[in-house]
Amino acid sequence: MQPFSSHSGRVVALRRANVDTDQIIPKQFLKRIERSGFGRFLFHDWRYRVDGTPDPEFELNQPQAQGATILLAGANFGCGSSREHAPWALQDYGFKAIIAPSFADIFYANCFQNGLLPIALPASLVDDLFQRCLQRMDYQLTVDLPEQVVGDAHGFQASFSIDDYRRQMLLSGLDEIGRTLLEEPLIAAFERKRAMQAAS
Amino acid sequence: MIPRTLFAKVWDAHVVAELPEGPALLYVDLHLVHEVTSPQAFEGLRLSGRRVRRPELTVATVDHNVSTGARGLPLADELSARQISALVENTREFGVRLYDLDSPEQGIVHVIGPELGLTQPGMTVVCGDSHTSTHGAFGALAFGIGTSEVEHVLATQCIVQARPRTMEVRFEGVLQPGVSAKDLILALVRRIGTAGASGHVIEYAGEAVRAMSMEGRMTICNMSIEAGARAGMIAPDDTTWSYLEGRRYAPAGARWEQALAVWSRLGTDTGAGFDRRVSVDAGSLEPQVTWGTSPGMASDITGYVPDPDQAPSETDRRSYQRALEYMELQPGTPLEGLRVNRVFLGSCTNARIEDLREAALVVRGRKVAGGVRAMVVPGSRQVKAAAEQEGLDRIFTDAGFEWRNPGCSMCLGMNEDVLAPGERCASTSNRNFEGRQGRGGRTHLMSPGMAAAAAIAGCLVDVRTYLPR
Ligand code: SF4
Repeated sequence: MQPFSSHSGRVVALRRANVDTDQIIPKQFLKRIERSGFGRFLFHDWRYRVDGTPDPEFELNQPQAQGATILLAGANFGCGSSREHAPWALQDYGFKAIIAPSFADIFYANCFQNGLLPIALPASLVDDLFQRCLQRMDYQLTVDLPEQVVGDAHGFQASFSIDDYRRQMLLSGLDEIGRTLLEEPLIAAFERKRAMQAAS
Repeated sequence: MIPRTLFAKVWDAHVVAELPEGPALLYVDLHLVHEVTSPQAFEGLRLSGRRVRRPELTVATVDHNVSTGARGLPLADELSARQISALVENTREFGVRLYDLDSPEQGIVHVIGPELGLTQPGMTVVCGDSHTSTHGAFGALAFGIGTSEVEHVLATQCIVQARPRTMEVRFEGVLQPGVSAKDLILALVRRIGTAGASGHVIEYAGEAVRAMSMEGRMTICNMSIEAGARAGMIAPDDTTWSYLEGRRYAPAGARWEQALAVWSRLGTDTGAGFDRRVSVDAGSLEPQVTWGTSPGMASDITGYVPDPDQAPSETDRRSYQRALEYMELQPGTPLEGLRVNRVFLGSCTNARIEDLREAALVVRGRKVAGGVRAMVVPGSRQVKAAAEQEGLDRIFTDAGFEWRNPGCSMCLGMNEDVLAPGERCASTSNRNFEGRQGRGGRTHLMSPGMAAAAAIAGCLVDVRTYLPR
């Protein structure tokens, strides 16, 4: 996994609540057995019309969204299916961070497994960011994970919090399995205790 | 002893370590695997030279993209075939038990786990699938995980989890005829919202839950995720024991007695605290149906399509507006009478034997309305066989339903069972998201009885007018 420390980039606003993982990556693209190459299909049914041409109305297709690396979204982002293809697609498309008032639990956990940073901010601050983003052609934000702050060049600054375990994981780009295997003696002891209980 | 909740008892019994950074390392008793969310996990093991730590605690099946047509034919879709054969090869290479397409036990992963007696009270169960919450109906702590976590569980038999908060949901009262488990859970999601239980494990309790069969309890726990919950749980009781006894992997003989002694102590102790409590008057509940593109957008069947301008907040107003456009509905339209072209009886929410019985009761002696294509997709081969034994298949086929082979089918439309753009479907599945059942397709979620009645009437209709007297 790529470590994450800080990042500055262009913001695109997707002002919808409850964006589910079926929208992020529709099921017809879940048949690949690789982890890569999902970016082309991100938000597929919103991004492309039925004839396959890009829908100019969709937020990601607008000129000011090109090259965006930070996604601003509504509450409960990533709800629904547990498919990790959703963060894979967001990341493969180029996103490094997602800012929303709240995230669905499984999606939130999946992001950290892939070095994608989900940032939950109070709804009023996210509203403020929506306004700022809509007012500028090239709206940029800087995300600083060690300091846990996000800000722009025009006076916006907010702190966020990521639990220690996940922050360490992102900062170090650590392999979680490797981390857990450090506890091998405890896992083995747990299994022995279990086996004894079962036999008694 | 400090009184503890069911959740706390199961959680505490599985903590391998409290990691210094905060979360716990939990031991996993049962890891269920399917073809769509596992290939990258097995590939990860291969790349890092790791093995499956406890293959005997890992069970796989194929369900998400299998055809529900005749078995034994090669899959028309090359990519699906590739994914299925990847699972066959992976399970062979890593020594994992697989219920494949030819197996008489194949079915939707959340149907076969309980059916085979694999799911048991007090267990921790995970699967790369959000509806793993289903297994909580047995008093297990069961939740969905992502593919990286699937790899983690395969390699370590453990999962890293922060301790969730707890919520008690009490369904009080006795259900009216025509009202079932699906209506309870839809009403709950409607009330607390699709993020209403985020970060929580729900324990369902109350008179209506106690009176409910295991099938009904599974329906409720299944859709906990639609309320945003991490998991749903129900304390095991006599209903649980009678469902489990004699199942293939359930303990037998002296072990059964020992297990019962342990399991019967799992229930929440009197006086144990929850972070939140919600109470629903189940006795006054009417059949529910969704009108929008999120499971919380539900109404009594006797209700109307809401007006976005009356929405509780600006965010909701925007969501309602979008949903009504997608669903092609006008505010103020009565839900009853809305024409449907398709009916889907299936999914891990409502494709168990009791669901099919509930639907058959409505269908018996009647015909599917002209212009409606209706299908029944049993949840597993065993459900299918049991239904055929009872003659339910004849009731459905005589009425004009298609009687298909088990799989997830039109719950998510990864196989050929999809809605065409603009088609409206009465569905017993769990998600009415845009395009979930096929791009441009419109889904109304409801109970099996309601879906059966919609097939007969050709429109959304109150199942209570179709019940045998
Ligand atoms: S039936 Fe639907 S919800 Fe259930 S596991 Fe299959 S796709 Fe998921």
